[in-house]
Amino acid sequence: MGLEQFKNRNVGQQNYVMLDLEHTPETGMGKFRQVVRRTFKAELFVGLWVTMREMINALFKGQMHTVKYPFEKLPISPRYRAIHEMLRLLESGHYRCIGCGLCEKICISNCITMDTRYDENQRKEVSEYTINFGRCIFCGYCAEVCPELAIVHGPRYETASEQRASFSLFEDMLTPIDKLNLQQEYDGFGAVTPNADENIKKTPLAY
Amino acid sequence: MEVVTYTNVETFVQHLPEVTAAGVWIKAIIILAIISAVAGFGTYLERKVLAFMQRRLGPMHVGPYGLLQIIADGIKLFTKEDIVPQNANRLIFMVAPVITAATAFIALAAVPVFPDFTIPEWIPVLGGTFVPSIAADLNIGILFVLGMMAAGLYGPLLAGMAQANKWGIIGAARTAVQFLSYEVVTGLSILAPIMLVGSLSFVDFNEAQAGGISHWLIWQQPVAFVLFLIAGFAETNRTPFDLLEHEAEVVSGYATEYSGMRWGMFFIGEYANMITISIIAAIVFLGGYSEEGIGWLTIILKVGFFFFLMLWVRAAWPHVRPDQLMWLCWKVLMPIAVINVVITGIVMMV
Repeated sequence: MGLEQFKNRNVGQQNYVMLDLEHTPETGMGKFRQVVRRTFKAELFVGLWVTMREMINALFKGQMHTVKYPFEKLPISPRYRAIHEMLRLLESGHYRCIGCGLCEKICISNCITMDTRYDENQRKEVSEYTINFGRCIFCGYCAEVCPELAIVHGPRYETASEQRASFSLFEDMLTPIDKLNLQQEYDGFGAVTPNADENIKKTPLAY
Repeated sequence: MEVVTYTNVETFVQHLPEVTAAGVWIKAIIILAIISAVAGFGTYLERKVLAFMQRRLGPMHVGPYGLLQIIADGIKLFTKEDIVPQNANRLIFMVAPVITAATAFIALAAVPVFPDFTIPEWIPVLGGTFVPSIAADLNIGILFVLGMMAAGLYGPLLAGMAQANKWGIIGAARTAVQFLSYEVVTGLSILAPIMLVGSLSFVDFNEAQAGGISHWLIWQQPVAFVLFLIAGFAETNRTPFDLLEHEAEVVSGYATEYSGMRWGMFFIGEYANMITISIIAAIVFLGGYSEEGIGWLTIILKVGFFFFLMLWVRAAWPHVRPDQLMWLCWKVLMPIAVINVVITGIVMMV
C-alpha cells in the first residue's frame, strides 16, 4: 500500500457529501410554511420507528449488546498482553525455558528476577524465576525476545488477588503438567508468524 | 353517524346495585394499593422498555429478569434518611410531595378503574357489598379529574420554591411555564368531544361509543385526540416536555433536594398521573371499556398502549425548550383547538 492517500492534505475534496441545508426563512409566511412542512413530514414517526426497530432487533433478532460480564466474556485478541505464562515442551513435558536470561536483560521495568544453575546432566536449570507484577508494565518485550517461546502473555486479564505475590512464581505461571494437552500455542508477541516459511530467505552461500 | 346522548344518568344506572359507603371505602383502598403497586411496576417497565430500545437488557439480577428490583427500590426508598435542607421552608418542603401524590390519587377517584364486582356472601362482615368501578361517579367527572391533575402541579411548584436550591427555583419556574402552556390546550381539546357527547361523565362517554371501533370518537375528533395527547404528555411531565426535572439541564429540577420516600411520592404521583391520562384518553377517544366480549381487558390494553407510547416517545424524541413549549402551546395548538371547537359546533348545528 502506498502512502499517497495519507500525503494528500486537501481536506474537504474527497468523500464528503454536501448536505442540502435550507436557508432560515425571513418572512412570516416562510416561517409558517416551514413549520407546516416540518409538521406534516412525519419525521417524528421516523424517529419512533427507529427505536422500535432497534427493540425488535434486540429482542427477536439476537442483537442485544449487553454482555453479562462475570458470566459471559468477549473473546480477546491473541496479541492481548495479560499475565505471563510459562509453556512446556509438548513432547517431553519439560519446561521450555533454557535459562538464557534474555527476558531478565530486556525487561525495561526490571521486574523479572531469575537464577540458574547446572543440573546433574550439565544442563542449565531454572532454580528461581519471579516476575514482580507490582512493577511489570506488560510491554511484551520478554515474550518477544524469548527464543524458545517459553514465556508468553496469556489471556488472563482478571488479576485481582489478595496478595501481590500471586501469579508471580515460576510454578504459578508454568502450565500444569496434567493440563499439558490443553496448552495453546502462542500467537502473540514474538510468535512465529503464519507466513513464516514465505519470509525465510536462503543464506547466500554463493558469496 | 348519530351520537347517543344520555341526558339522564339515573335511567342508565338504575339496574346497578346500590353503592354503599363500605363499597366506596373498599374501592378507595383497592385503587390506592393497586395503583401504587402498578406505579412501582411502571418504573420497572420503563427501565426495561428503554433498555430494549437501546439494545440493553435493563435490570436483570434482582429476581427473575429483575422483577424484584421494584421491591429492592421500595425498601431503599422507605429506609432512607429523611433529609430537609438547612435553609428550606420546612413545612412546605415536607408537604409538597404529599400534594403531588394525593392529587394524583384523588383524580383517580372519579375515573373508572377495574370492573365493578360484588363481594361474595360467604366472606364475613363485608359479604354482599357492591364495589363500584368508579369510587365517585361524578356527573362532572372529566372536569374534576383535569382540575385535580392541574392542582397537582402545586407539588413541584411549592417543592421547587421551598428547597433553597437554585435548580429547584428553576424547576419551579418551569413548572409555572408548563402549567400556563398546556392547560388551555387540554381544556379546549377535550371540549369538542364533550360537545359531541353532551356530558362530562365518563360513563356517558363509554356508552356513547359502545357500538364498536367505528363508533370511537377518535374518528370524529382526530385533531382533538392529537392535541389532548400532546397536552397530556405536558401534563404528566413526560419526555418531549419534561422541563421540570430535566437532568441534563437543571440537575433534577424541583426534585433536586428530595430523597427517600418524599422523592418516591413525587414518583408515584407522576406514574399515577400517567395512568390517569391514559385512562382518560382511552375512555374519551378510544371507546373505553366495553361490558360485553373481552370486557375490561380492552381498556387495560388501551391504557397499556398509551403507557407504552409514553415510554416509546421518551426513547425516541428529544425534549423541547421551555420557550418552545410556550410557543407550541399558545401559537400553534391553541388556535387549532379553537378552530376544532368552532368547526365541531358548526357541524353539530347544521
